[in-house]
Amino acid sequence: MILVLGGLWIGQNVNLLPVDASANAPIYDELFRVLFSIGTILFLGIVGLVVFSLIRFRRRSGELSDGLAIEGNLPLEIFWTAVPAVVVLFIGLFSYDIYERMGGMAPLDHAAMDHAAMDHASSNQGSGSEQRVWGGIGTPLLTASEQGTPVSPLPVEVTAMQFAFLFRYPKGDFISGELHVPVGQPVSLSMEAKDVIHAFWVPEFRLKQDVIPGQPTVLNFTPTRAGRYPIVCAELCGPYHGGMRSTVVVEEQDAFDNWFAQNNKITATDT
Amino acid sequence: MTATLPAQSEHPSPSLQPQGWLRYFSFSVDHKVIGLQYLVCGFAFYLIGGALAGAIRTELVSPLSDFMPREVYNQVLTLHGTVMIFLWIVPVVNGAFGNYLIPFYVGARDMAFPRLNAVAFWLIPPAGLLLISSYFITGAAQSGWTAYPPLSITTPASGQIIWILSVLLLGGSSIFGGINFIATILKLRRPGLKMMQLPMYCWAMLGTSILVVLSTPVLAGTLILLSFDIVAHTGFFNPGLGGNVVVYQHLFWFYSHPAVYIMVLPAFGLVSEILPVHCRKPLFGYATMVVSIMAIVVLGLVVWAHHMFTSGTPPWMRLFFTIATAFIAVPTGIKFFNWLATLWGGRISLNSAVLFSCGFIINFVLGGITGVALAQVPFDVHVHDTYFVVAHFHYIVYGGSVFVIFASIYHWYPKVTGRLLNESIGRLHFLLTFVGFNLCFAPQHWLGLNGMPRRVAEYDPQFAFINQLSSVGALLMAISTLPFLWNVIMSAFNGEIAGDNPWRALTPEWLTSSPPPVENWKGEAPLVTEPYGYGVPAEQLDLQAASGRDLWSNGR
Amino acid sequence: MTTLTPSETDLNLDHAGETHADHRMFGLATFLVADAMTFAGFFAAYLTFKAVNPLPAGAIYELELPLPILNTVLLLVSSFTFHRAGANLRRSMHQRCRLWLLISAALGFAFLVSQMVEYFTLPFGLTDNLYASTFYALTGFHGLHVTLGALMILIVWWQCRTPSGRITAQNHFPLEAAELYWHFVDGIWVILFVILYLL
Repeated sequence: MILVLGGLWIGQNVNLLPVDASANAPIYDELFRVLFSIGTILFLGIVGLVVFSLIRFRRRSGELSDGLAIEGNLPLEIFWTAVPAVVVLFIGLFSYDIYERMGGMAPLDHAAMDHAAMDHASSNQGSGSEQRVWGGIGTPLLTASEQGTPVSPLPVEVTAMQFAFLFRYPKGDFISGELHVPVGQPVSLSMEAKDVIHAFWVPEFRLKQDVIPGQPTVLNFTPTRAGRYPIVCAELCGPYHGGMRSTVVVEEQDAFDNWFAQNNKITATDT
Repeated sequence: MTATLPAQSEHPSPSLQPQGWLRYFSFSVDHKVIGLQYLVCGFAFYLIGGALAGAIRTELVSPLSDFMPREVYNQVLTLHGTVMIFLWIVPVVNGAFGNYLIPFYVGARDMAFPRLNAVAFWLIPPAGLLLISSYFITGAAQSGWTAYPPLSITTPASGQIIWILSVLLLGGSSIFGGINFIATILKLRRPGLKMMQLPMYCWAMLGTSILVVLSTPVLAGTLILLSFDIVAHTGFFNPGLGGNVVVYQHLFWFYSHPAVYIMVLPAFGLVSEILPVHCRKPLFGYATMVVSIMAIVVLGLVVWAHHMFTSGTPPWMRLFFTIATAFIAVPTGIKFFNWLATLWGGRISLNSAVLFSCGFIINFVLGGITGVALAQVPFDVHVHDTYFVVAHFHYIVYGGSVFVIFASIYHWYPKVTGRLLNESIGRLHFLLTFVGFNLCFAPQHWLGLNGMPRRVAEYDPQFAFINQLSSVGALLMAISTLPFLWNVIMSAFNGEIAGDNPWRALTPEWLTSSPPPVENWKGEAPLVTEPYGYGVPAEQLDLQAASGRDLWSNGR
Repeated sequence: MTTLTPSETDLNLDHAGETHADHRMFGLATFLVADAMTFAGFFAAYLTFKAVNPLPAGAIYELELPLPILNTVLLLVSSFTFHRAGANLRRSMHQRCRLWLLISAALGFAFLVSQMVEYFTLPFGLTDNLYASTFYALTGFHGLHVTLGALMILIVWWQCRTPSGRITAQNHFPLEAAELYWHFVDGIWVILFVILYLL
């Protein structure tokens, strides 16, 4: 009993994660707390049993007798088969729910088609709408319906290479070394690498997706907290893998609009 | 068909094989010699792999890449992983203990194919030397032990090709061993010995060998294709030539996930042998242990893509592998509960073998818990390829398999050498190892959760203190090897004489001299129908009672 | 107790001077399972490429059927003739056995020649495209197995000679082993034929 309560308390109160900065991050953190609680309960329980056994059932000096000849106990064995099975099943179903709320089960082709639609005006390549998306995390359907009219996400094309990330904004036809996004608006990253496999990871967003040469992937998210957060490459890509970082700047809508306007090549006036 | 030639066991077999210590450097076909060759050779590679780890942890003391050039760091981390997996753990838990013990357990004089056994061992030193020397000659591979293309195709070719050759040889060694174990366990049992009377380690090795035979060849094929890409400029995994890098990952992990069970199942088996002896109680739940092993074998073959949750995998695939992976926790959990129940109510000797076994239980449970967490795709999306994963698998392979290897050395050293290891030094070894290991790897969970990726020489300075803590733990682990080595070497000359059966155990290897004769037993192999026949039945419980039931039947 | 010939003593005598049953066929069968898994990996790669990696425009990957069908026939017949060889050995009819062995080896080499002809007449090379590479990898790996098998048949043919050959009706393991291996290679070819040429 104490064990269970202790585990639940630890799960709720011990904070091991960085600040959450995207819509799916609190959802992730919910899952983390559950896993952490269950894990703590199980771990402390087993450590307790082991330590207790080593003390209580240790052989005293001079003692030569054996312990009890117990070879099995069917009710007990059924219990400790059924309970873990139920717990694991619960965790699995709960994780499925979490993943869906994070957007993980959203069909990936929608994300690609958004990009293709944005792109056809500015792009001169015909490969847009036929491009297969090989993996990724889409937009959870809730975001769209919550706001009444579906909000089309801000499209950004991410190119990863040894050893930098480049961000192209097709709506403005410009490339930036930093990822700027407005708070509260969904963003859709369409990613591909130029040379070897990289990965795009923002710890504060709790999202990661490999960026693969020849195989486009997507990553959709909605930032919720203004700030500057690191973008970390999370797939060994060569000697400078440790130094391959960038920054995602989440800013208020006005600040973002300013920045976008300053960089926009399509509407740029001659200076 | 047994044609026993009487009184000729004294007559040396007509062989030109060297005697004495030279045996261990020869092409011996004696399974006991081969087992020891695997153990000592493997331990030497453990020390090399450990030195590589020391280099890594030294680099990580500071957030800057300042200890060695970055390319060298990538070579070091590649070699560390490859050496530890293919030259230390897989050969030792399978080849060393398997070869030494299995013939005893099935009541045979040797393995089914003794010469194949020797071939399997002798593939290892050259393959290991080839791999290590690549560092000094052409530069070693730099793409991690996973060798993902295109990185493995774009880094210097010579190091990568040598790496591929070395792994192919080591995989071949493993497959030959697997064939030998399956044949020995299924076909060479002593007359009268049934499968469900075998010590649990036999079942563990049977399951492991099935995995070896089914999955290692797929790795061989994959590496052959990769080498074609490097040497012949084909495009299997080269996107520029129309290839698909995710297919490599699927093929690679189809072997490499079962590989972790190949490293861990034999350790499970060894713990099942050690605990009953020192707790003076039967192994709890024999039948369910067998079923659990087989469930792990089957499930282990269908969960590989949980290593690819952030890769080019569509949502339905990620979901499938989450569910499949979560299921493995159930049979694994059953085994742990069975061991706990074996401890419960026993008369536990708190010697080094037991301490390391209990350390194993504690460490592996933590590793298993983080494993169940990692199996959930939404959780893994954040921590994949971070130090959280590094922490997880070190709890499994070090906190798990290596702890069991140490426990097994303490348990069987008396049998192999005829002398006991020093217990006080053993306990010191345990303490240093347990504290050092947990100090090194526990903080790494936090590092991963908070943003430190793996395989990096430079990192965000906010992580410096925790990394330094971890490096101190690594230093402790390095220091802990010293009392162990001292103990092993000194006890070989000065250790207390052990006698045939210092632990009063019931399994067949203890029913002969220490060390055993070439033919394992003088006379017929004993028939042990109850290898775990310890313990006093409840109705006969008498506090003054002497040692346990002996259900050793002499052939009836 | 039968007199143990020197070769039997080498093979079956263990450290205590006891003999036990011959498990080498079981060991070989296990090895062939492992070998099959290597092919399985290649097949899996090929089928996955076919499913998700379309050929780029302009890439040529065309296969004709006549030669492969001939190859299939050659191998299937050679398995049959090898089986006949084994039957004859069991009846100690060495001359006939060796004749059937030679026929099997000849069929095996004919397969290899035919394969070479196919290679030279194919419109694509090893590095031309993904399907081409996989095709050559698969057929090449299989061809390697056929080469080894055919050489083994010749070695068995040599050892079946009377009077001084080591393979007899009592010691027929080498022939049995080579036969099992040959049937395995034949079986792999059938699967390869279906997957590469028919699908």
